[in-house]
Amino acid sequence: MSEGHSTYTPKSGLGRWVDARMPLPRLVYDSFIAYPVPRNLNYAWTFGGILSIMLVAQILTGVVLAMHYVSDTVLAFNSVEKIVRDVNQGWLLRYLHANGASFFFVAVYIHIFRGLYYGSYKAPRELLWILGCIIYLLMMATGFMGYVLPWGQMSFWGATVITGFFSAIPLVGDWIQQLLLGGFAVDNPTLNRFFALHYLLPFMIAGVVVLHVWALHVTGQNNPTGIEVKSKTDTVAFTPYATVKDALGMVVFLLVYAYFVFYIPNYLGHPDNYIVADPLKTPAHIVPEWYFLPFYAILRAITFNIGPINSKLGGVLAMFGAIAVLFVVPWLDTSKVRSAVYRPWYKLFFWLFAADCILLGWLGSQPAEGVFVAMAQICTLFYFAFFLIVMPVLGLIETPRRLPNSITEAVLEKNKGSGSGHLAGATAAPETKG
Amino acid sequence: MSATETHDPNRRDFLYIATGMAGVVGAAAAAWPFIDQMRPDASTLALASIEVDVSALEPGMSLTAKWRGKPVFIRNRTPEEIKSAQDVKLEDLKDPLARNANLPSDAKATDIDRSAGQGKENWLVMIGVCTHLGCIPLGQQGEYGGWFCPCHGSVYDTSGRIRHGPAPENMAIPAFEFISDTKIRIG
Repeated sequence: MSEGHSTYTPKSGLGRWVDARMPLPRLVYDSFIAYPVPRNLNYAWTFGGILSIMLVAQILTGVVLAMHYVSDTVLAFNSVEKIVRDVNQGWLLRYLHANGASFFFVAVYIHIFRGLYYGSYKAPRELLWILGCIIYLLMMATGFMGYVLPWGQMSFWGATVITGFFSAIPLVGDWIQQLLLGGFAVDNPTLNRFFALHYLLPFMIAGVVVLHVWALHVTGQNNPTGIEVKSKTDTVAFTPYATVKDALGMVVFLLVYAYFVFYIPNYLGHPDNYIVADPLKTPAHIVPEWYFLPFYAILRAITFNIGPINSKLGGVLAMFGAIAVLFVVPWLDTSKVRSAVYRPWYKLFFWLFAADCILLGWLGSQPAEGVFVAMAQICTLFYFAFFLIVMPVLGLIETPRRLPNSITEAVLEKNKGSGSGHLAGATAAPETKG
Repeated sequence: MSATETHDPNRRDFLYIATGMAGVVGAAAAAWPFIDQMRPDASTLALASIEVDVSALEPGMSLTAKWRGKPVFIRNRTPEEIKSAQDVKLEDLKDPLARNANLPSDAKATDIDRSAGQGKENWLVMIGVCTHLGCIPLGQQGEYGGWFCPCHGSVYDTSGRIRHGPAPENMAIPAFEFISDTKIRIG
């Protein structure tokens, strides 16, 4: 749908001159103005744009913070305090950056769950999905290393625990761990390399985002019906329709973000990180940032040996497996129907899975003892069962609801439904109402 | 490899493969400094050995020394602690090995092989790092009166042996020796 002929016609002499030499304006016009998008996209589809904005915001605030930050174990903690107290507008920049990381993850989780709900990973969008998974992995690495930089207690012990994962690898584990740390424990070499990598990785993310958007523009967007675009009436132009809808989504999202930055800037952080790192004293209760909590719960759920695999390696494998399984989702789901709208059983299991992830997140924030361990084990079991059992089996046994013949038919069907459908129709099918 | 049809491996094929291999070796050689620079540097390795004065430690007292950026617990154990550690049967242990750098790697996790040895059974010198993910366990806590790791709930006995929880191994005993009755050299 997208790689058809370009409708760009340069109006000025200069425009034609540039177009014949390096057609960047043509690329922008074809990608963000004339680009056809399905007419029925809902607000769940605005998170791609929101994520781009958040990446830019993180890079901008991060670059200026780096001008004031010192990556030395003696000075790092105080340099962050200095940013907040002494540097002009430093408090704002720091809180924008710290909360920006959280909101980046809020957006990416909504984006991923939207993909799972509407089957956006299915053919021909497998590579698009995998590129997204790579971005998510890079985001996790960046977020983790960024949290180490203020050199508080949670920074230090979070880094100790997470680099400790690698010591679980048989034979070469200790060697790899020392390679990551640059020593035998988290120390100055670790802080310095984490700072360098924390500065580098966002630009790698930006690179993979380009590939992600490229892949998106080859296959076209999925949509709430999961039916491919069949004719011109199924689409509207990116500008103004998607642009304006994305802009409204961004404004609402940024409002919530701003509320956190200005009113509760430390709500998502942890008070222990305002204590300078002490290598000889572990805080009573180590927790990672909220966006890692579900994986942390999975890590801690494996308290038993599985055959030759000891509990430590088992926990690390389960945790990395929980992320790795996302990469093969396109091949685990056997259903030919994309959207959960037409899959009653998948819809049920999807929401159970979403609830399971939230519950795992909560369990990750609780101490690893008593009933919490058993609950985390059950939730971990369901997490993997959703991907490895429910997805392949449902596709074979589930009877989907009847699919409309086209996006246009689905939209018109919805419009004549109820009174409130009139309003929904006005946004969903602007061409017919205009 | 080549678009032209040839029957036997000839001199040109050999040259292609030899050139390709030289390129691979060259790329690996060029990559190595970038990996090697990440390993512990000379100044970090130079801190390999420390001496600790333990003359002030009465039975039931411990101190924590810092060695290679990690805490080393040195404890003068009480007779009850030694007794309770000696009474444990080897088959009740999650990790049956001593993990003592001063002994062969297959030494069993008996209390004598975990301690400073015959005549110095009261001394326990070990790296105070939980073998799960590297937190520092809290002393004289947990159901065995040994150590308890607050991070993920590993419980160690008075000999520093893992009894239950996610940690896979007993806490490590570093290479050390008594250079006098009151001085220990670690490393």
